Amino acid sequence: MKAKGLGFYLLLLPFVLWFVLLIVLPHLQMFELSLIKRDYAAGDSIGMYQYQQFFEEPLYWRTLVRTVWMSLLATFITLLVSFPVAFFIAKVAKGKSKRLLLLSCLLPFWVSELVRTYGWMILLRESGVISQGLLALGLTDQPIEFLYNDVSMLIGLVYTSMLFMVVPLVSTLEGLDQSLIEAGYDLGGNGWNVTHSIIVPYAMPGIVSGCIMVFMLCLGNYLTPRLLGGKDSLWFTEQIFTQFITRFNWELGAAFGGVLLVVSSLVVSLGLKLSGQSFSRTLGR
Amino acid sequence: MLNKRLTLSALVLSMGAMVSAQTSAETLRLLTWGGYAPQEVIDMFEKETGIEVKVTKSNNEDMISKLRATGGSGFDLAQPSQDRITGVQQQFGIYQPIDLSRIEHQQMITSMLDATKKNTAVGDQVFGVPHVWGTSGLVVNGEMAKDVADYTDLCQKQYEGKISYRLKRPTLIGFAFALGEDPFAAYADPVKYQQILNKVETALVDCKPLVKTYWSGGDELMNLMRSNEVVAAMAWDAGGWKLNREQQNIQFVAPKSGALGWIDTFAIPKKSKAIDAAYKWINFVMRPEVAAKITESAGNFTASKGSDAYVNELAKAQFNTSFSSDDIDNIKWYPAVPAGLEAMEGKVLDRVQAAK
Repeated sequence: MKAKGLGFYLLLLPFVLWFVLLIVLPHLQMFELSLIKRDYAAGDSIGMYQYQQFFEEPLYWRTLVRTVWMSLLATFITLLVSFPVAFFIAKVAKGKSKRLLLLSCLLPFWVSELVRTYGWMILLRESGVISQGLLALGLTDQPIEFLYNDVSMLIGLVYTSMLFMVVPLVSTLEGLDQSLIEAGYDLGGNGWNVTHSIIVPYAMPGIVSGCIMVFMLCLGNYLTPRLLGGKDSLWFTEQIFTQFITRFNWELGAAFGGVLLVVSSLVVSLGLKLSGQSFSRTLGR
Repeated sequence: MLNKRLTLSALVLSMGAMVSAQTSAETLRLLTWGGYAPQEVIDMFEKETGIEVKVTKSNNEDMISKLRATGGSGFDLAQPSQDRITGVQQQFGIYQPIDLSRIEHQQMITSMLDATKKNTAVGDQVFGVPHVWGTSGLVVNGEMAKDVADYTDLCQKQYEGKISYRLKRPTLIGFAFALGEDPFAAYADPVKYQQILNKVETALVDCKPLVKTYWSGGDELMNLMRSNEVVAAMAWDAGGWKLNREQQNIQFVAPKSGALGWIDTFAIPKKSKAIDAAYKWINFVMRPEVAAKITESAGNFTASKGSDAYVNELAKAQFNTSFSSDDIDNIKWYPAVPAGLEAMEGKVLDRVQAAK
């Protein structure tokens, strides 16, 4: 094999620096922190105490299970909502309208997530637009609270992550040859057959890469569950934030961070395995 | 000729730039609460001393976290509440002792200065002097929730979905007092304190179905009260008075079992780079006429002696409506939080959050 030139290593350097200094080192530091047990009387000791805390206190691991479950649900709903949208943009819309549609998907992301979330709060709150609208139409005789429950939280999560599903789907579906669909109909297939055995298998890499991104975004989201979820929100990132910021318990927070990293990696690799895709085929394209 | 002129003016300009660079070399990096350093006061200070003030807005937990992350550097002056200094100092050592000889004592209300000195002491060193004080209690919509007079009154079936409080330690303390306990007396006795906390936990879990949401920021609460979605809540006095200026029927009420009194202090981080400027700022903002401006922007009164005379009549009237002289005597001032107590409270708050 030919030795790589200096140029190769110079080009690689920024990436290596970024990766080592900003990702690997901080994680190692967090891992080190998570092994420490603070004790003012007896002095600090090293061990798995913090991880033990996580498994012994049902609240902590239940919060994690709930977070993973809700994120999976949000990912699934996002897929259901985004697929028709992406198909329309990729296959049905043409020329200018296609670009306009993509742009309108992108447009909400020009403002910050916080503002978008507050937008939903204005719509859904008891004295908000939807509640007042229903009142004015006479469909209800007193204001309805739509905020502060799991449904409003899911709405927020789906809305926040839709773009990250639509874009990979559009780019995969664009490669789908129209004649394949026509052939499907020619051979006597109906709409469902064609979708099920031609379009979905073809779009699989896009579906999986979109799902991975959306799942990660939901799992790591803090704002949306906090603001829209209300008193029962219970999101795992909130737990990490609380441990670090309000409890000054960095050690437990670091352990939580480690657990979240491991669990999310496991879920993603499980998803890849079940869908028969590889990481390089989906996200590496 | 023209060339010469250009060079000359360039020279003058660059010299001017150098001079201004020198004067602005001294800066004070202030870690404080919203409203405690209004632009007007910053400008007055800069004009008088030439020191530039850089403000970072924060809260108690955030201040401690920030200073802890850097080992007490990055800021020259911080303003934590007086009860959050001793324990933190013992654990993390992020502050340096205050040189009391450099503070102009005569500007401060003596009783408040003495209390703060006592509460922020580690050994015989003092780590804080008082600045702004206030209370937390109840903000009540007089038309819709007349009979809310104490923390536990919030938990009435008739106000289902119309009350709110924070899921933080003041709520635990307030409920404990309203349930007839004295949590402050039990600070030094973990077993007793845990018993009180258990009692509070039961009350808060029972009350949870009635709560609309646990508010987390002042603006969030303001919106909930303004829109009448929430008719009674636990909140700070200044927030209540602000709402009162907009809607007359909303009042800050000192609860029967006592409003919870806090004093925000000045504390100097361990690695402060502008100690002189820090003392200058403290002495400057404690002047009665300057302190009155801070009262106006923060909504709370200061420990500055005689600043009442400069405060507007409305603020004074609002204060008197909320606090009778009995209410003032009944204010429960936060004593210093011992190390380790917050971990116990944290578990309770977590369990309340998780309860159905």
